[in-house]
Amino acid sequence: MTLRATTSQTVGPFFTIGLTRMNRSELAGTGVSGERVTIEGHVVDGDGIPIPDAVIEIWQANAHGKYAHAEDWQDKPLEAGFQGYGRVPTDDSGRFSFTTIKPGAVPGPDGKMQAPHLAVSVFMRGLLKRLVTRIYFPDEAGNAGDFVLNLVEASRRGTLIARAVAGRPGALEWNVVMQGEGETVFFDCGM
Amino acid sequence: MATKSMAGLAGYRRPLPGTQPAHLHPPYKSSLKRAPTKPLIYLPQTLTEITGPTFGPEFVDVKACDLTRAGSGEALGARIVVSGRVMDEDGRPVRNTLVEIWQANAAGRYLHSNDQHNAPLDPNFTGEGHAMTDDEGRYRFVTIRPGEYPWGNHHNAWRPAHIHFSLFGPAFATRLVTQMYFPGDPLLASDPVFNCTADEAARQKLISEFDWETTIPAQALGYRFDVILSGREATPMEK
Repeated sequence: MTLRATTSQTVGPFFTIGLTRMNRSELAGTGVSGERVTIEGHVVDGDGIPIPDAVIEIWQANAHGKYAHAEDWQDKPLEAGFQGYGRVPTDDSGRFSFTTIKPGAVPGPDGKMQAPHLAVSVFMRGLLKRLVTRIYFPDEAGNAGDFVLNLVEASRRGTLIARAVAGRPGALEWNVVMQGEGETVFFDCGM
Repeated sequence: MATKSMAGLAGYRRPLPGTQPAHLHPPYKSSLKRAPTKPLIYLPQTLTEITGPTFGPEFVDVKACDLTRAGSGEALGARIVVSGRVMDEDGRPVRNTLVEIWQANAAGRYLHSNDQHNAPLDPNFTGEGHAMTDDEGRYRFVTIRPGEYPWGNHHNAWRPAHIHFSLFGPAFATRLVTQMYFPGDPLLASDPVFNCTADEAARQKLISEFDWETTIPAQALGYRFDVILSGREATPMEK
């Protein structure tokens, strides 16, 4: 190693100028296979106040459990119209919403499959470096044995699992709580 | 603890201590209620983290690398060329990766409804730009030198002139958002954002270098800013 990674800095309060162009809240185009879900929620600070200047990014596999990336070696099909990328800012009331398909299982580091999940990056004014978390799905048999969920103490695991919204099939709620009771689990995955 | 990945694929290196900011940096007031209070949980990189979104040329407007010509007339201020290379920690070019930038105008005002600074907007300057790195990892923008501006962090707080940079790199694990500063800026010493990183050498790398080579005679001063993304672990991981 001859160089070291550039130090991170906050996106600041005006990131929409540069980042809006690549917003994407509908991740799956028409004809993409998989169970459609809408994932919505809010981002709140340590006082429970909604954060209107945050943006989250999504990275996920398709319904077969295949990433649209050259280094996914698995012999599984890609889907035209599905890249697995999303970028969604919060609105004035700190809320976000996006629609996608539930991903398939992907390999984990323990030789078993990981439960279906979305990788999430969180950026906002006040955050000097992105935070990384995950969204898992409710009533998913694989959650119990998931390598990553099992890195987390049981009492906090629920912050990573979306909840079904009563009366609205396909709608899931998942929130980002920066501090305090119900503080979201964030991961150190490198940068 | 060694990072585990699969099928002979190497993971991405973790930063050296002190070279990245902590989430809580009390001099930066906005971090107080937004930094997590519980320790991050160490996540071995999996296929999820060593892959990531990639974008083809269809996502790039080739004109977006010149921020001075976004309007019907020329943007006001001192034209500059900001260019450099995006590399990994081994000096290898990061090719075909999207670089997104945003900045204030020459008067220190952002084109944003939340920017209430009493300075003029420029109808010919949006402050948005993007470009794709080439096969050598190079990028190049023509823009306006951004102005310094006041903010409410503490008494008489002023942000040094800066340009925001956002990069994806090859994997979810390499995602980076940072800010580029200008050499000799007297506001750097008192800026809590610039100073959030403990490691002095790492901080200094955020300051661009004036560069005769990319300076265009009678047109624009050149500033050079290289961005380094996490490099790959030397050895493939166990399956």
